[in-house]
Amino acid sequence: MTSRAEELLTLADDELILGWRNSEWTGIAPFLEEDVAFSSIAQTEIGHARAFYELAAQELGTNADELAFDRDPEEYRCAPLVELRLVPDWARTIARHWLYETADAIRIEALKSSENEAVAGLAAKIDREEVYHRIHADMWARQLRASPERGRFEGAVAELWPYALGLVEGEQRGQLCSAVGRETVDAVERGTHTEELRPLWEEMTMVRRSVAGAAW
Amino acid sequence: MVTEERVWAALAEIPDPEIPTVSVVDLGVVRAVEVEGGRVRVEFTPTFLGCPALEVMRDQMAASIRALGGEPQVDVIQDDSWSTDRITAEGRRKLRESGFAPPAPREAAPPTLVQLETSAFRCPYCGSTETRLENIFGPTPCRSIRYCSGCRQPFEQFKTI
Repeated sequence: MTSRAEELLTLADDELILGWRNSEWTGIAPFLEEDVAFSSIAQTEIGHARAFYELAAQELGTNADELAFDRDPEEYRCAPLVELRLVPDWARTIARHWLYETADAIRIEALKSSENEAVAGLAAKIDREEVYHRIHADMWARQLRASPERGRFEGAVAELWPYALGLVEGEQRGQLCSAVGRETVDAVERGTHTEELRPLWEEMTMVRRSVAGAAW
Repeated sequence: MVTEERVWAALAEIPDPEIPTVSVVDLGVVRAVEVEGGRVRVEFTPTFLGCPALEVMRDQMAASIRALGGEPQVDVIQDDSWSTDRITAEGRRKLRESGFAPPAPREAAPPTLVQLETSAFRCPYCGSTETRLENIFGPTPCRSIRYCSGCRQPFEQFKTI
């Protein structure tokens, strides 16, 4: 596999799995506005995953559905941060949302100057959609920090911070430290999976595994 | 005989499946039409990548071209070329008529929460600018929800991207 295909799959897997996790709030968020918000964010993230899978599929001679649904859980390249099942903990959910969107902004910004025109063009489009996710994540991070229960949110950020660092590599880790105002620590690296991925994968791929090649 | 003009006219009849008063041409998602003999190539720039209406629009464009006797090739262009600024004046008028506030013009810097909360957006029902942001997100990726204090109705606002 080329390094570009690997990079595209990494991005796609992060967005797909996070989109799936975000969708777990549909119907059970603390209030209706957040049901709508998390459902919409989930839909956008999965749309971004599809676009990245399609670019990867061109290189790998396959299609987006096969990449999204027909691989074994061990083959996914997503970071452990996105695998964690955080419902019904709102503080941890917002902590991940804020850390993820902050890290994602850094890597999308870098992708916009990719030598590959298709990747750069797609990153520029994604960036403009992600602005709304960032506004939402920042708004909630501010709100929870201003709350009397801010300790819960700060505790969740501290817990998830090593995971968040694992989303990006190289100099982007320094940028992420500055963006969130934290010191670097040992990252929870990509390449291993949490126990929480498999149950998600089983649910997500159930239709494809029941009926090979199913489309909907 | 398939001509570019006839293809554009046919595409102008294809509704956005989620906002049927607006056509794909009004939305500005058709970037180019090229006709070579019987072959018709359309460059289609999606609105939001997560929009579930994309496949429907793409398939309807292909079907309309076939109905004209052309052999369609609809290329989905996933780059930065579509923005809400490409929605035509006619498209904006139709959006307003269907109860949607059209998107604000795109600015050099990305939108901020303060902007979304403080900019004056006109209510598509009563025309009041006494409206407030209820939710950045709405029933589809392209929409926010606002509330009009003038006529006391919620309405949907096309997000600027």
